[in-house]
Amino acid sequence: MTAVPLPYRVLDNRPETADTHTIVLRPVGTALPPFSPGQFAMVYAFGVGEIPVSVAGTHHGDLTHTIRGVGAVSRALCAARPGTRVGVRGPFGTGWDLEAAVGRDLLVVAGGLGLAPLRPLVRAAASQPRDHGRLNVLIGARTPGDLLYREEWQDWGRPYCQVTVDQPAPGWRGRVGVVTALLDQAAFAPHRTTAFVCGPEVMIRATARALLHRGVPARHIRVSLERNMHCATGHCGHCQLGPLLLCRDGPVVGYDRAEPLLAVREL
Amino acid sequence: MPSATAPPDTGSAGCVLDRDGMGALVRELRARGRTVIGPTVRDGAIVLAELESAEELPYGWGVELEGGHYRLRRRADAAAFAHSAGPQSWKNFLHPERVRQWTADRGPDGELTVRAEPPAAASFAFLGVRPCDLRAIQIQDRVMIGGPHRDDAYRERRTGAFLVVVECTEPGATCFCVSMGTGPAAQPGYDLALTEVLDETGHRFWARAGTARGAEVLDSLPRRPADEATQDRARRGVAEAAGRMGRTMPPVDLRDLLADTLEARRWDDVAARCLTCGNCTMACPTCFCTTSEDITDLTGDHAERWRRWESCYDLDFTHLPGGSVRTSARSRYRQWLTHKLGTWWDQFDSSGCVGCGRCIVWCPVAIDITEEAHALHQESLADRAGAADGAP
Ligand SMILES: Cc1cc2nc3c(=O)[nH]c(=O)nc-3n(C[C@H](O)[C@H](O)[C@H](O)COP(=O)(O)OP(=O)(O)OC[C@H]3O[C@@H](n4cnc5c(N)ncnc54)[C@H](O)[C@@H]3O)c2cc1C
Ligand code: SF4
Ligand code: SF4
Repeated sequence: MTAVPLPYRVLDNRPETADTHTIVLRPVGTALPPFSPGQFAMVYAFGVGEIPVSVAGTHHGDLTHTIRGVGAVSRALCAARPGTRVGVRGPFGTGWDLEAAVGRDLLVVAGGLGLAPLRPLVRAAASQPRDHGRLNVLIGARTPGDLLYREEWQDWGRPYCQVTVDQPAPGWRGRVGVVTALLDQAAFAPHRTTAFVCGPEVMIRATARALLHRGVPARHIRVSLERNMHCATGHCGHCQLGPLLLCRDGPVVGYDRAEPLLAVREL
Repeated sequence: MPSATAPPDTGSAGCVLDRDGMGALVRELRARGRTVIGPTVRDGAIVLAELESAEELPYGWGVELEGGHYRLRRRADAAAFAHSAGPQSWKNFLHPERVRQWTADRGPDGELTVRAEPPAAASFAFLGVRPCDLRAIQIQDRVMIGGPHRDDAYRERRTGAFLVVVECTEPGATCFCVSMGTGPAAQPGYDLALTEVLDETGHRFWARAGTARGAEVLDSLPRRPADEATQDRARRGVAEAAGRMGRTMPPVDLRDLLADTLEARRWDDVAARCLTCGNCTMACPTCFCTTSEDITDLTGDHAERWRRWESCYDLDFTHLPGGSVRTSARSRYRQWLTHKLGTWWDQFDSSGCVGCGRCIVWCPVAIDITEEAHALHQESLADRAGAADGAP
């Protein structure tokens, strides 16, 4: 179902940070086809509008989304109480493609809300430790209050999680600084590593540059990009990034494709 | 594709319709329950509108076209199709400006019911599709129904449409279909192809069927077998038209040209002239971009999703919470041109431009896509020469 939303019911809504909520949606009737980590849904708040949101988790037919309230629709979804009906279309776009990284070291780098689409990837990777080498998860956020899923990090088990914030708050005993600084602490063999990166575009570029510098091949740096999207079906034209229609050819693309495009201002 | 059934063997010679035959064609298509859309004179332009009879065709009218300029003019003869692209294109019918996609209702317990818009039983016959515009329709097919997600409503309208192509014998000063490989001769995809001939022997149309349903319609019309003279005259008219194109594109791979000139100085030059009004995108027969609009009624329990045309020139087009991606006129004109001539290939494996010239005519400041492409080509040649000179 890609053209007309299917009704879903808000099962749970819990605040994640001051402006961000994680909601769990359960199909009222038919469920959408399964989503892969990295893919996104179009979520419709009744009478308000519809926005692209990554899957932050899937469990049977349920969908988990972590949403920051920045405008009309995202705020409406953050405020949706359990029981509220929303419309959902999907699944859309490319996934992280963990399968293609079998046997490789995995390096997950998240900036702020960028951890949301990476969460199902980390969980999948952590649950199949034999399929790949070392798993490192590097998490950056603006302040300690902006860190997502803190109570879950333990459950992720095996991965080696490292966290840093731009601005510390009273009581913060962790690291302070940009997420790329964590790369020096992580153990990975660059040429045998696949990196998964999501966050603000400047953070993605800085991280990818640092990884290239260390010898991770561009095509093994998978980044998730954001552009305006209306239809998610390749018909509205809003999500173009040069040759790419990001709803179809993205949001996850190899940095070999993304780098020359992101280098052109206002492309 | 709709009319993809193998062309029946009607003989490539086809047949000849006279002006009465044209009248019969419109009557026959209407009798088959089709809404016939064709060119007709209205408000000082040749527009596309529903025709009740072939007498509404613009017999005896031509147009004078230039950058930012469109004028109707009387012709010395009675030709019906001796004019080139007007302000609209067939996308106005196949991919209309505003469509409702679905409606949603919220019940007393908050339950949500979403209903897809039932497909309108549109059954168009397009009369007078120019070869460039046939290609434009096929290009929109690739976008709307050629990818992983299909637009069902578009497909309904498209498969229901009967296409009568009329070959071009009178290109306008802004036309460049030859450069784009789309005309002036009809290429496959039509139900019927016509070529208008006017000479001492009379006013007539050489007709060929491209599909079984085209042949069936043709068989029901008063017609005569195509004589050699009519066929020759028709072929010559089309061949001569190819030599009278008002514009050309630079003779290079346009896709490479655009990929290599993203930082050209020419973009600043055109940005100083472009008003970012979006007229070119509205007039272009292949431009497909849209915006979704969600509305509710006064009760607040009934909502609708509408889709309307949108232009990549709008500042909001690339809106993100942190601000729009393409804020400068330079980046927005560049997006349009590189999409039309370059990245369309990456996305849909075809050009996004068919050389109809509409964007040139309907640009209020006469910005000319061919002139811009030539300027980019010249700049890249000059830069390359400069680089070669500077080499040690
Ligand atoms: C592939 C993808 C995945 C995303 N995943 C998440 C996620 O997991 N969590 C999260 O919080 N946010 C995510 N976003 C960003 C989220 O879609 C925007 O924050 C949201 O669209 C803002 O809409 P709004 O109405 O709340 O705000 P406004 O800024 O007021 O937006 C106005 C309108 O712009 C349109 N619009 C379309 N696409 C976008 C876009 N990408 N950004 C902004 N406006 C847009 C919508 O119609 C929206 O109603 C994702 C974006 C993309 C492209
Ligand atoms: S870009 Fe201009 S010339 Fe090309 S198809 Fe569109 S309107 Fe016609
Ligand atoms: S090129 Fe002309 S028609 Fe197109 S946006 Fe600029 S001023 Fe308007």
